[in-house]
Amino acid sequence: MALRIVVLTKPVPDPAAAAEKLGSDNRLDRAASPAVINGNDEYTLEAALQIADAQGAEVTLLAMAPPGAVETMRKGLAMGAHRGVLVTDPALAGSDVASTIKVLAAALRQMEFDLVFAGFDTSDGVGGIVGAGLAAALQLPLLSSAARIEPNVEAGMVRVRRISPTGFDVLEARLPAIVVGTQLLGAPRYPSLKGIMGARQKEIVQQSLADIGLSGGEVGGAQARTLVTGRRTPPARSAATIVKGPPDEAARAIVALLVERRLI
Amino acid sequence: MTYRLSEEQVLLRDTLHALADERIAPRAAEIDRTGEFPEDIRQLLAAQDVLALPFPEAYGGVGADLLTQCLAIEQIARADTTSSLILTVQGLGSLPILLGGSDEQKARLLPDLASGKKLAAFALTEPEAGSDAVNARTRAVRDGDEYVLEGTKRFITNGSVASVISVFAVTSPEGPRHQRLSCFAVDVPTKGFKVARLEHKLGIRGSPTAELEFDGVRVPAANRIGNEGDGWKLAMATFDRSRPAIAAQAVGIAQGALDVAVAYARDRKQFGQRIGDFQMVQAMLADMDARVEAARQLTYKACVEIEAGSPETARWASISKLVAGDAAMAVTTDAVQVLGGYGYTDDFPVERMMRDAKITQLYEGTQQIQRLVIARALLGKG
Repeated sequence: MALRIVVLTKPVPDPAAAAEKLGSDNRLDRAASPAVINGNDEYTLEAALQIADAQGAEVTLLAMAPPGAVETMRKGLAMGAHRGVLVTDPALAGSDVASTIKVLAAALRQMEFDLVFAGFDTSDGVGGIVGAGLAAALQLPLLSSAARIEPNVEAGMVRVRRISPTGFDVLEARLPAIVVGTQLLGAPRYPSLKGIMGARQKEIVQQSLADIGLSGGEVGGAQARTLVTGRRTPPARSAATIVKGPPDEAARAIVALLVERRLI
Repeated sequence: MTYRLSEEQVLLRDTLHALADERIAPRAAEIDRTGEFPEDIRQLLAAQDVLALPFPEAYGGVGADLLTQCLAIEQIARADTTSSLILTVQGLGSLPILLGGSDEQKARLLPDLASGKKLAAFALTEPEAGSDAVNARTRAVRDGDEYVLEGTKRFITNGSVASVISVFAVTSPEGPRHQRLSCFAVDVPTKGFKVARLEHKLGIRGSPTAELEFDGVRVPAANRIGNEGDGWKLAMATFDRSRPAIAAQAVGIAQGALDVAVAYARDRKQFGQRIGDFQMVQAMLADMDARVEAARQLTYKACVEIEAGSPETARWASISKLVAGDAAMAVTTDAVQVLGGYGYTDDFPVERMMRDAKITQLYEGTQQIQRLVIARALLGKG
């Protein structure tokens, strides 16, 4: 039986547009910036697609986001994912990370999967705990900081190389399991043009809170346990030092600078 | 019909934007300096199905409409004109087959072109027949099941790297003016075929522009595209679709130069302020932007009209190429001006873009020929 991988793909403000800002309610103003798939999620998607290329797997994208996320999800489908599931509901506005975990866990309980891949963190919220939260909520093994993911369907196991301060640890767990990836998994592919043209034919299932068995009272802004109380613009960075010259000379100059500042 | 790009077109444009920025732009200066055909970029474009864009799905293509093809060309040209020519000429060289080929010919020739395994070229121009292409002298004489080709073709883009060349040759020298030519899909290399020389050019330096000699080249009659005498009609129908592609290339070059000029105007300080704060620079940038966008919208509109089978196809093709080619020349020249002395050096890409832009006023019909076509559409043929 083919492996079933769910990849969490959150739409985030496009970092390239540099238009990310908070609205007057201190929530992210999602209309202010075009959305893209969270960069780290593209790395785990790439890992899932490579597994699919090598041993066959059905790759499903899962996101909790406003309805416009269908468009963002289409890029993931163009890269090669097979289908998408989008949980979208007006009651989800203002969700904090606890709500997000509750909602994604509820959606996953209704899906059949062997592996769930989460990116290291997201470029908007930068929480980095959804993967761990899901493992706790679903009572599944968590394999974090993955630099390589090797599922073995026959054995019902997954082996992960986890980055450690000294190199990497090798972790193994029974399927199903949650894996949090890193950029060491390898750079995401560009969607092929045939993939883009075929993406519209792929299914994106939209689910409301009721569809996944939750009510608006359990999640969303009203239930948020964290609150943005204020905001400040970070001070402008002082002028950067740009080292120019042939690589050898430039490297020597950079080392001298670092030594001078006692950084190495 | 909505007057916006479709979701697929936006995704395709953005994907090629990123691909061009990350993989093609870093190669552009070196391609220009060495003048070598960028085989790596050809492989990249083939692997990403970019070269498959102009071909129907039945033959392994993407089946993209003209506008979608032009979006791709524009994005690649933004980074590097030479690289965009790989796609442009894959379309140009294949168009006679796409437009006039039999099902058998399409099934035989198109899959290898769609996959990018083979490159195509388009050979109409001759030393003595440039704008006056109808006076081509290359002969094709029937001999049993074959034609024997004799003559020289000049300025053939990708002529030295193509494996399939759409060659236009005279089959009835005494026939009516527009029925003298026939078109042949010539598989090369073959006996009697020779790349006589490569041009040294002002721009598009990595795109080989070849002089091709046909010295008794035998071509199976099965490779004649359309009927004898259809050549001129096929060439003109090809230009109706290839001129907007050059317009898109011109828009891409212009946008690339504008992007560099804007970034420079933000950074460069003189007299204690950003040069972008000076109104004279602002006015230049604003005019450049307006000009690029006007050319772009005209080009997109031309694509849509041509795809829809407008009775004014030739006019749309020519006005898009005329306006976009002139915009590219003006905008790239102004970009050099915004960068001042630095713009004149190869430390910045705008001098290359300016040299590349010039070709869009020359090939696929000079700007003078475009005006002739437009005037004929207005006034009728004199």
